[in-house]
Amino acid sequence: MTLEAAARAAEESITLEVTRYEPDGDTEPHTQSYVVPLRKDWTVLDGLNYVKDSLDPSLSYRWSCRMGVCGSCGMNVGGRPSLSCGTFLSDFAPGPVRVEPLSNFPVIRDLVVDITDFLDKLPTVKPWIIRDDGDVDVHAGEFLQTPAELDAYSQFSSCINCMLCYSACPVYGLDPDFTGPAAIALAERYNLDSRDQGARERLDVLIEREGLWGCTFVGECTRVCPKHVDPASAIQRYKLKAAQESVRAVLLPRGGR
Amino acid sequence: MIAAVLLPVAAFLFGIAIPLGWLQPDFGHLSAVITNPVTIILMIIGFIVLIVHSAHRLRYLLYDGLKIKRRTLVGALCYGGAVVASAIMIILVLMAAL
Amino acid sequence: MSVQTPGRSRPRAYRRPVSVWWWLRKPTYLLFVLRELSSIFIAWLVAFLVIMVFSVGRGADSYRGFMDWAGQAWVVVINVLAFAFAALHTVTWFLLTPKAMALRVRGRAVPARAVVTGEYVVLAIVTVLVLWLVLR
Repeated sequence: MTLEAAARAAEESITLEVTRYEPDGDTEPHTQSYVVPLRKDWTVLDGLNYVKDSLDPSLSYRWSCRMGVCGSCGMNVGGRPSLSCGTFLSDFAPGPVRVEPLSNFPVIRDLVVDITDFLDKLPTVKPWIIRDDGDVDVHAGEFLQTPAELDAYSQFSSCINCMLCYSACPVYGLDPDFTGPAAIALAERYNLDSRDQGARERLDVLIEREGLWGCTFVGECTRVCPKHVDPASAIQRYKLKAAQESVRAVLLPRGGR
Repeated sequence: MIAAVLLPVAAFLFGIAIPLGWLQPDFGHLSAVITNPVTIILMIIGFIVLIVHSAHRLRYLLYDGLKIKRRTLVGALCYGGAVVASAIMIILVLMAAL
Repeated sequence: MSVQTPGRSRPRAYRRPVSVWWWLRKPTYLLFVLRELSSIFIAWLVAFLVIMVFSVGRGADSYRGFMDWAGQAWVVVINVLAFAFAALHTVTWFLLTPKAMALRVRGRAVPARAVVTGEYVVLAIVTVLVLWLVLR
């Protein structure tokens, strides 16, 4: 290779500093560097796929849709929780780019984290439509909504469960019992749905100490959310609701409900 | 909200401007404003809110910022302190008025 | 949920410890801790103001004595810091309120900018009112 060609190759490549963890051999993670081509339209995920295909087939990470919809490929890129399919390598030129697994979750292997905790918490907030009018006849027709009623919750319905907000949340890192941003935002999404009647049931779950009140409004969940769900806002609105409910319970012990 | 709206001007006026002699309000007038019953009641309410709110935030600062895990103790100290401080505050403010 | 997920049975998943200094890791975390730190300075301001009110109640000499004490360099330095933190608290609080309260007027969401502007208007009115009351 001529000097010029070598220089051009160096210019058009970028180093990924990837966290590796092999559960059967390592006691803690270490960093491994890979040099990958730097192309204008390549994302961090493209870089990782290049590593997997051409350099080191043992690298493990999750991904699926490559278009920011499935929520599988979340990782810490340059210290910030990001979807690796929506984060471009060229934004980090000349590099190196640090690629780490999401914070606050146990690491299973390399960039793969264990999100069991979230999957256990999510159903506790009952993120589905609850009706208290018994079994609804599905053939009777649809529950119609006006555009304004849709608008009331549509922002919170965009969550793709990518876990970036949990990774960004220092409270969840310090106290794993905290229900966490995405689950509370999803609870709020159903509360705000005009077809739903389950707000009371959800509040009973979230009003517990670790449900809602762990949040100290750092606001980082909202900053990293790739879908602009704004979990921080959902939680604060929920707190306001919970506080009103508590005051009402004190003032009207019986008739409050 | 009370802290956000009232404290900057109060801190500037009584903490900086008057001690440094930039502004010199007439004492008789100041005394009349401060010992007015309406002002006294508003001050007591406002100070209680400020004390409780800052004890509440101090508690989370200790939990999360310093990772102190003895939650019950920290909570008792912060809120207990707030109650004691509020009581002292009410006594001092009422003594000023009477 | 009694479904046994594969992740749970793995004994060797690595859990990263959270450092006591986690809030130095990101500027936004640091800003959050500074915002909460303002609570200490607000407590100081409350104590300072209560003692001042008390000294006013005890007459002109006591008030003058208090202001002489408050004019010392170290007290002024603390008060300047406290003023800065009170201002930080005000600005961050105003930025956060539209998130906590989703105001709706005639079925339409009030834009956050309008809420924040309204808060600054209230701040200005209260500030002028206090100055007018005290300095009139």
